[in-house]
Amino acid sequence: MATNKIQAIKFNHTHLLGIQYLSIPEVNLILDESLAFVDLNRQENKKLKILNGKTQINLFFENSTRTLSSFELAGKRLGADVMNMNVAQSAIKKGETLIDTAMTLNAMHPDILVIRHQDSGAANLLSQKVNCSVINAGDGRREHPTQALLDAMTIKMKKGKIEGLRVAICGDILHSRVARSNIYLLNMLGAEVRVVGPSTLMPKYIEGFGVKSFTNMEQGLEGCDIIMMLRMQTERMDGSYMPSTREYYEFFALDYKKIKNAKSDALIMHPGPMNRGIEIDTNLADDINRSIIVQQVEMGVAVRMAVLKILMEAKQ
Amino acid sequence: MKKKAIINTRILDPRNNIDEIGGILINDIGKIEAIGKKVTKENVSNAEIYDCKNKVSIPGIIDMRVFVGEPGFEYKENFRTLSQAAVSGGVTGVATMPNTLPLIDNVSTLDFVKRRSRDKSIIKIFPMATLTKGAKGLDMTEFGLLKLRGAWGFTDGTQSIQSNKVMDQIFNYGKNTDVLIIQFAQDNELSENGMINDSLQATKLGLKSIPESAEQLIIERDLRLLENYNTKYHIALISSKKSLEIIKNAKERGLKFTVGVSINNLSLNENDIGDFKTFLKLSPPLRSEEDRLALIDGVKQGLINVIVSDHKPEDEESKRLTFQQATTGASGIESLLSLGLELVHNGSCDLNTLINNLTSSPAKILGIRNGTLSVGSEADITVFDLDKPWVFKKENIKSKSKNTAIEDRKLQGKVEKTFINGDLVFSE
Repeated sequence: MATNKIQAIKFNHTHLLGIQYLSIPEVNLILDESLAFVDLNRQENKKLKILNGKTQINLFFENSTRTLSSFELAGKRLGADVMNMNVAQSAIKKGETLIDTAMTLNAMHPDILVIRHQDSGAANLLSQKVNCSVINAGDGRREHPTQALLDAMTIKMKKGKIEGLRVAICGDILHSRVARSNIYLLNMLGAEVRVVGPSTLMPKYIEGFGVKSFTNMEQGLEGCDIIMMLRMQTERMDGSYMPSTREYYEFFALDYKKIKNAKSDALIMHPGPMNRGIEIDTNLADDINRSIIVQQVEMGVAVRMAVLKILMEAKQ
Repeated sequence: MKKKAIINTRILDPRNNIDEIGGILINDIGKIEAIGKKVTKENVSNAEIYDCKNKVSIPGIIDMRVFVGEPGFEYKENFRTLSQAAVSGGVTGVATMPNTLPLIDNVSTLDFVKRRSRDKSIIKIFPMATLTKGAKGLDMTEFGLLKLRGAWGFTDGTQSIQSNKVMDQIFNYGKNTDVLIIQFAQDNELSENGMINDSLQATKLGLKSIPESAEQLIIERDLRLLENYNTKYHIALISSKKSLEIIKNAKERGLKFTVGVSINNLSLNENDIGDFKTFLKLSPPLRSEEDRLALIDGVKQGLINVIVSDHKPEDEESKRLTFQQATTGASGIESLLSLGLELVHNGSCDLNTLINNLTSSPAKILGIRNGTLSVGSEADITVFDLDKPWVFKKENIKSKSKNTAIEDRKLQGKVEKTFINGDLVFSE
């Protein structure tokens, strides 16, 4: 049954540049496909041949451990040849422009380019210059679509649905691409999304995204089903955005006291890597009744496998 | 040189309040000998005749904010390519920005620019020198000497004077030397790494913004300091409604100063940036539609005195980058008049106001005798078809750099002929 439904929906993109370009059926298609891969990844034999003969290049201009390894594993489990290019430490940084790098890689005939870059819009620019599929693995503070998809997948697995849930995204919204992609996606799927954080880390016009914003965490968490904590960069806690870590912890870290404002069965998510004792209480982060952070990582591989498969099918 | 006569044309000269059908007679040394109804075919039989029926003749356009690549960035634009671009857009005189390499902050470089432009330029070049040495905002340049050697005004161009004390001294000594002080108003800290307007769009694109307050703070400060001196002061560009409010308030207090706006901020808004079009990365940034409309209103009310192209040629390599890495600025001298006419056609602005802001008004601020069709003045004349439809194509750009902000835009109104000192330097 499920297979028939999948066949019927057309995925209309060569690239995955952001959630904002996707339709609801396309999102559902990715989530449905991911489900099959969740099962597969739990099997002893995890290897498929769907992407045999395909070349996937992971082009990372920013340091990353989990996203990079997740994409690498996803590609390999589908049978693709995967190459990682960590440009953050390579010679490409020395004066070569993104477009030149793209042209060089394009000449090697890859089928998929996964890019992470510190500049917003980098994936869009790259996609205009290459013949292969481009997947945005994070561009500046703009989008991180696979993170949002894996978050949606995790919520769906744990809560059985997304529609009607109240979700609070908390912390440094200003610099967060994870927040933006999640807002687009959760709104699309019918959740009620709130953002919570100090006003210095809150984009002034964020409510234009169709969310409610709170600078008081207790109020923001009121009645929430899901609490998504964001990573807080410690270098922003020196007075430039927040006076100190301890002030941030007092008012914006998630602990057992503040979580009481949320629903009693509220679940905690975090895109990682976590700053224990800064944005989240360390015990709460490990609380198996509350925290679904480990599941997010698991869903990450499945969702990325689904994205790779769908993009390759869409290209044919 | 043979006498020339432009006949049967609609003459528009805001300085002299002329808007009538008639002719312009140019004498053998390139000056205007006669103008008006009496200049007809019958009366000028010994002259070369240009029948410009259904066309409008205005004083040659004076563009008060233009970047040339000489010296240092000749690969972006030189005096020869700038001239070709300018005359095709009906521009006969430009104030050039001092942001060259080396900077025009000393007499020798100014001399070089004067000589190069004399040899290579068809159009009239009115060079600006920097306000401070190295455009660093710290030490004043030699206002007096630079003025003697031909600097028509002083500005740090793309840079804004940050220090209150330095600005106070500039106003003080600027009055002493009777020079024109031009400020590009932007607070460095508030605009640090900023790229676009502070709005929902900045949040969506994930780009750091330049708040309106960055512009307002400098304008407000300058105007407060100006109260003590009465120096000739011009705000190079404004981009927001709130800046206009400050300007209006200061004018009501009786302060005398002038204000410019880029045609880009009158014709485009932040939404035109779309998904990261780097050719629309401008400084000051394009702002909201509300700001755009307010700026047009500011032109109508006379709070804004000059419309400039803010012509900033950039090679492709400086723009084929991520939005964050791309340089700011757009080439625009060729489309200045036509974009202005768009405002006339869509009812935003009347023709006389537009032409005044492009000719008489900048000439007056610069203190030059051009920008008018008075008898005896140099025959710098632009003839255009008010209604001719055309499409602005990248491949037809005459400037060395092709970074236009309005590629493929449909325009109405086009330059047909440009005369400088009586010479026909451009003809469609």
